[in-house]
Amino acid sequence: MAAPGAAATDLEVVRGKRAALFFAAVAIVLGLPLWWKTTETYRAPLPYSEISGLNALQLRLMVPVTVVFTRESVPLDDQEKLPFTVVHEREIPLKYKMKIKCRFQKAYRRALDHEEEALSLGSMQEAEAMLAEPQEQSEGSLTVYVIPEHSSLLPQDMTSYIGPERMAVVRGIMHREAFSIVGRRVIQVAQAMSLTEDVLAAALADHLPEDKWSSDKRRPLKSSLGYEITFSLLNPDPKSHDVHWDIEGAVRRYVQPFLSALSAAGNFSVDSQILYYAVLGVNPRFDPASSSYYLAMHSLPHVINPVESRLGSSAASLYPVLNFLLYVPELAHSPLYIQDKDGAPVATNAFHSPRWGGIMVYNVDPKAYNASKLPVRVEVDMVRVMEVFLAQLRLLFGIAQPQLPLKCLFSGPKPEGLTTWELDRLLWARSVENLATATTTLTSLAQLLGKISNIVIKDDVASEVYRAVAAVQKAAEELASGHLASAFAASQEAVTSSERAFFDPSLLHLLYFPDDQKFAIYIPLFLPMAVPILLSLVKIFLETRKSWKKPEKID
Amino acid sequence: MAVALPLVLLVLLLSGRVGGGHAEPPRDSLREELVITPLPSGDVAATFQFRTRWDSELQREEGTDHDFLRYAVLPREVVCTENLTPWKKLLPCSSKAGLSMLLKADRLFHTSYHSQAVHIRPVCGNARCTSISWELRQTLSVVFDAFVTGQGKKDWSLFRMFSRTLTEPCPLASESRVYVDITGYNQDNETLEVNPRPTTTYQDVILGARKTYAVYDLLDTAVINNSRNLNVQLKWKSPPENEAPPVPFLYAQRYVSGYGLQSGELNTLLYNTHPYRAFPVLLLDTVPWYLRLYVHTLTITSKGKDNKPSYVHYQPAQDRLQPHLLEMLIQLPANSATKVSIQFERALLKWTEYTPDPNHGFYVSPSVISALVPSTVAAKPVDWEESPLFKSLYPVSDSSSYFVRLYTEPLLVSLPTPDFSMPYNAICLTCTVVAVCYGSFYNLLTRTFHIEEPSTGGLAKRLANLIRRARGVPPL
Repeated sequence: MAAPGAAATDLEVVRGKRAALFFAAVAIVLGLPLWWKTTETYRAPLPYSEISGLNALQLRLMVPVTVVFTRESVPLDDQEKLPFTVVHEREIPLKYKMKIKCRFQKAYRRALDHEEEALSLGSMQEAEAMLAEPQEQSEGSLTVYVIPEHSSLLPQDMTSYIGPERMAVVRGIMHREAFSIVGRRVIQVAQAMSLTEDVLAAALADHLPEDKWSSDKRRPLKSSLGYEITFSLLNPDPKSHDVHWDIEGAVRRYVQPFLSALSAAGNFSVDSQILYYAVLGVNPRFDPASSSYYLAMHSLPHVINPVESRLGSSAASLYPVLNFLLYVPELAHSPLYIQDKDGAPVATNAFHSPRWGGIMVYNVDPKAYNASKLPVRVEVDMVRVMEVFLAQLRLLFGIAQPQLPLKCLFSGPKPEGLTTWELDRLLWARSVENLATATTTLTSLAQLLGKISNIVIKDDVASEVYRAVAAVQKAAEELASGHLASAFAASQEAVTSSERAFFDPSLLHLLYFPDDQKFAIYIPLFLPMAVPILLSLVKIFLETRKSWKKPEKID
Repeated sequence: MAVALPLVLLVLLLSGRVGGGHAEPPRDSLREELVITPLPSGDVAATFQFRTRWDSELQREEGTDHDFLRYAVLPREVVCTENLTPWKKLLPCSSKAGLSMLLKADRLFHTSYHSQAVHIRPVCGNARCTSISWELRQTLSVVFDAFVTGQGKKDWSLFRMFSRTLTEPCPLASESRVYVDITGYNQDNETLEVNPRPTTTYQDVILGARKTYAVYDLLDTAVINNSRNLNVQLKWKSPPENEAPPVPFLYAQRYVSGYGLQSGELNTLLYNTHPYRAFPVLLLDTVPWYLRLYVHTLTITSKGKDNKPSYVHYQPAQDRLQPHLLEMLIQLPANSATKVSIQFERALLKWTEYTPDPNHGFYVSPSVISALVPSTVAAKPVDWEESPLFKSLYPVSDSSSYFVRLYTEPLLVSLPTPDFSMPYNAICLTCTVVAVCYGSFYNLLTRTFHIEEPSTGGLAKRLANLIRRARGVPPL
């Protein structure tokens, strides 16, 4: 009676074990993947390795320089070797993770007939006019003409000349090593006209470690797709001064030519306003010696904030705003002068604030008060004002005064206030800055997405990231091959795409989904299901171990 | 009677010919005025008007392209100083001189009524309307409850209302005036006394009623120079009889009716109290898409009879894209009330579309009623450029009627609101049910079952055995 009963029980026990194992198998093989798949956040694949590769990107900035030798500029046997190409490459030492190399590719050739003719003319202006005519030079390239040693084109004590277009003239030499001497002079001139460490350091100021001189480098505006320029006339005392300014005419005459020359670097919009009863935040001090008022240099930082709340233009624009304020001091505080560090009045009576704009104090001619009763009609001399504002505008865009090599003659800027090579230099700097910004944005986005696994990555965000990475690579390639215009366009696209991906609102959708709430939802299902399975697995495991040990004991 | 009406900030872009035309206005001309209307109840209404005009290079074009007409409305906004500060920034004198010195936020927002507006529109620059000027008109109306705050006294002064007085005109203003409504009190000085004595008075027909105003011109040096500031005071000598306030010829009401959370009805009541003249009104309604209007239920009844509108324009809503737009031209018979009603059904929103406080309800924007109301008093034809600002926002060439635009009250409609914790509850419940079923199923399949020998006797036998053991007798 006992034996068949025990056999039946054993059979039952084995069947129970099998059922428990099967449950566990189904839960692990089917249940877990199903749960994993259905509760997964969608994360499109991103090019992580390429993004981390961007950090080690080598930027090779190529400047194509055409060196044109006229007859008798170098010895005859040297002329026989033309044309050939020399490459001069050097690393720009910056404490930045990207290695930046500057590469001057000098293509030496002989002058063509019309170039010979132009360079044998009497004056530099005529020669320039004649040389500028036939060919259009591409952005970023330079042409250096080597003229005979005793040419009268340059004053005798000068060895080189830098023109307003992408052109320079260097004096040749009759010497055994003429090419290397001329080559050094060409490099000097080309560096002055294209890339210098200063320019790149200023462009990368935000990405470089703090330096004691870096605050000065942070003066230029950050690169952006567009800029808004606001001219404001502040009249704190309309009871005494009836101020008029012809801002429309002044903008048309002075600002617009400058901006249209700069238009390759971004879109510009210009507006103007007159604000009454807008006062500076600082009370000027009275100087009895000159019976005038002054603003000391240390109080200038406090001037801007109270005025800024009245300006109100930054709310209307996505682009960075540059403010230029013309302040006509109230009657009780005139004349008003700005003092520099040493206490001497500043000649322009103006100052600028990095990345914000400039302020100029415009004193009313004291003779005006005698003639008529208040309010005095004041016509602002726009030439004086615009001179200052244009100089400040150049500084704020990071167009520094050129650093000329020794014995070099500089023609001065074109009538619009900007030489063509200064614009090229700005484009170089902006391209590098854009690349640095885009790389930083992409790196931090990749880091963020790697760290927080809750963030949904949609396909359009991923495609923006891919586009940005491709644009960075393209910009680097174009820079290396010397196509400045397309490199700048690609770098702008890189910045736009990377920012769009970084600030996409869909990244935030599931960010707030804390783990405790997830557990609160899963526990009612998972706990009652997992506990019996685990218990029976443990039991089966113990029993099998026991049955394995038993035979050993018998032995 | 504290009526906290919402601020309706409207930017109206009207491309129309405004004004009969006048000599070329100077650039950037500013006119400002303050109208003070004492009410018999002791309340005081104060309305500021600022108008700035400047030349533009805009060319006047014939006709209006209706594709570019936009209408937007925010049914309710809680007003605070954040609304006043940017509004004040638009004033040329900011709040440093002129009438704008009185704009002190802590007083203006402690009033029974507050209404603030900005109108910007192109107007004719010259008589032949060949050039266009821009006009920026800012208005601010407040009603002070002088009776309650003054402990039963109905007297008031500028200082008591605004805690400031006027000390200097805005040097940029070409006109800067304070008007005090003394209609009905000026003949006999027995009931009301205004201090200081006004230099001039101004009489005109305003909104169909003859009004008299005491005028203080801030640009007139004598007004301020006497005491270095101007503090207009008003004293009631003998309190006026409690008379019913005059009823305007046109007014309107709006309400929601119906019960339950499925359907309802929007009702607008339009009153014409003119004794003998019927006039048409233009009624513009925008209703959000989540109230699904049944246009076939649109009924308009006046005096118990069906009133057929002479023009109806209806643009149906698109879910989450555009609201319903209903515009009607309705003739209001004399001395009547007209009821416009339309039924709607409430839509269900997606659960992320609900506001943070969904049980509060959803606001429905006010209807806009525009009408040329016939006047009982014939007004003289006037030069709109010369007349005060409060008269000339919507100039009318016909002197026998005046233009009125009314906004009804915004409505609050509650939508069916789900229980937002329901998804979690459902998940928990389902999980528990699944877990219970699963548990018994699992037990059934994995347990081994033994057939037990039926135990005979049961409880009685065990009890007997216990007793037997106690007695020392072998058990059963």
